[in-house]
Amino acid sequence: MSIFDLFRDNSKTPKSAHVAKERLKVIVAHERHQRNAPDYLPALQRDIMDVIRKYVDIGPEQLQVDVNEEGNYSILEVNVNLPK
Amino acid sequence: MAKIVVITSGKGGVGKTTSSAAISMGLALRGHKTVVIDFDIGLRNLDIIMNCERRVVFDFVNVIQQEASLNQALIKDKRCDNLYILPASQTRDKDALTKEGVKKVLDDLAEQFDYIVCDSPAGIEQGAQMALYYADEAIVVTNPEVSSVRDSDRILGILQSKSFRAENNQPPVREHLLITRFDPERVARGDMLDVPDIEEILAIPLLGIIPESQAVLNASNKGMPVVLDEKSDAGQAYLDTVARFLGEEKPHRFLEAQRKGFLKRVFGG
Repeated sequence: MSIFDLFRDNSKTPKSAHVAKERLKVIVAHERHQRNAPDYLPALQRDIMDVIRKYVDIGPEQLQVDVNEEGNYSILEVNVNLPK
Repeated sequence: MAKIVVITSGKGGVGKTTSSAAISMGLALRGHKTVVIDFDIGLRNLDIIMNCERRVVFDFVNVIQQEASLNQALIKDKRCDNLYILPASQTRDKDALTKEGVKKVLDDLAEQFDYIVCDSPAGIEQGAQMALYYADEAIVVTNPEVSSVRDSDRILGILQSKSFRAENNQPPVREHLLITRFDPERVARGDMLDVPDIEEILAIPLLGIIPESQAVLNASNKGMPVVLDEKSDAGQAYLDTVARFLGEEKPHRFLEAQRKGFLKRVFGG
């Protein structure tokens, strides 16, 4: 920090270290989730996609397939966004 | 009972070999019989950092393939009687390492040594997986930078699922965080991730913080583990790290930004 910095307004832009931390939290959480997912999940997702596409045309971003652990059982969560 | 310690990171260039050299020399200086193995097959570097590149006759792969005995390949450090180096092969590729071959060498080393330090190659492929497979403890070297932290998390995932301990339902590999190239001034300016940020994201116990230091390059230029430069900040930080690894309580040092003189504060720089 020098005297010249006083003339710049830094207050509104978040510091880059803070941005780094927020980005890392998201990416690490996402990757840990993927890591713990069962191996068959990508294939299952493809098959579900093929079935839905027989009836409605959807893109890959409109289907979300997740497995969540809940104590001694797992929940398969399938979310499909159908176009209007 | 020998302890197998892997120095790993996922990302390249974060300081695995520097840390392997410093920590293994530190353990040896503390009186523990230590061997450090270069797992970076095809791209060996530990020998040059340890200043024994001209004494390499046989290497790790020769021992695995029974072309040389372990004692023919081990290089005794000239500065510390307790320290030996097992260099990597320069000519073979990483597929020369097999679980069975590595196990045999580690078992033989365990008869002679207290600590077996494994210097992992970068990446998450065969070489890196072999380096961590039989580890009892892992020192995860991380720079305060997004790609390094992310890669460290991936390596932690591999330690927790693909190590011998994980595959055989044994107590997990003990994980330690070693932050290197830490620059307190950039942290103070908000331009660099701080220690608590990295601890929060990776959620493993902090073993040490090594400041960004000219001494590291000076040491590698001379082929001298940086702990032998006892006056340097990085050398002292590694010696503290080794002491903590051996169970001592040591406060973390070199975390404060240097106070600048009046002219620097006014004119910057």
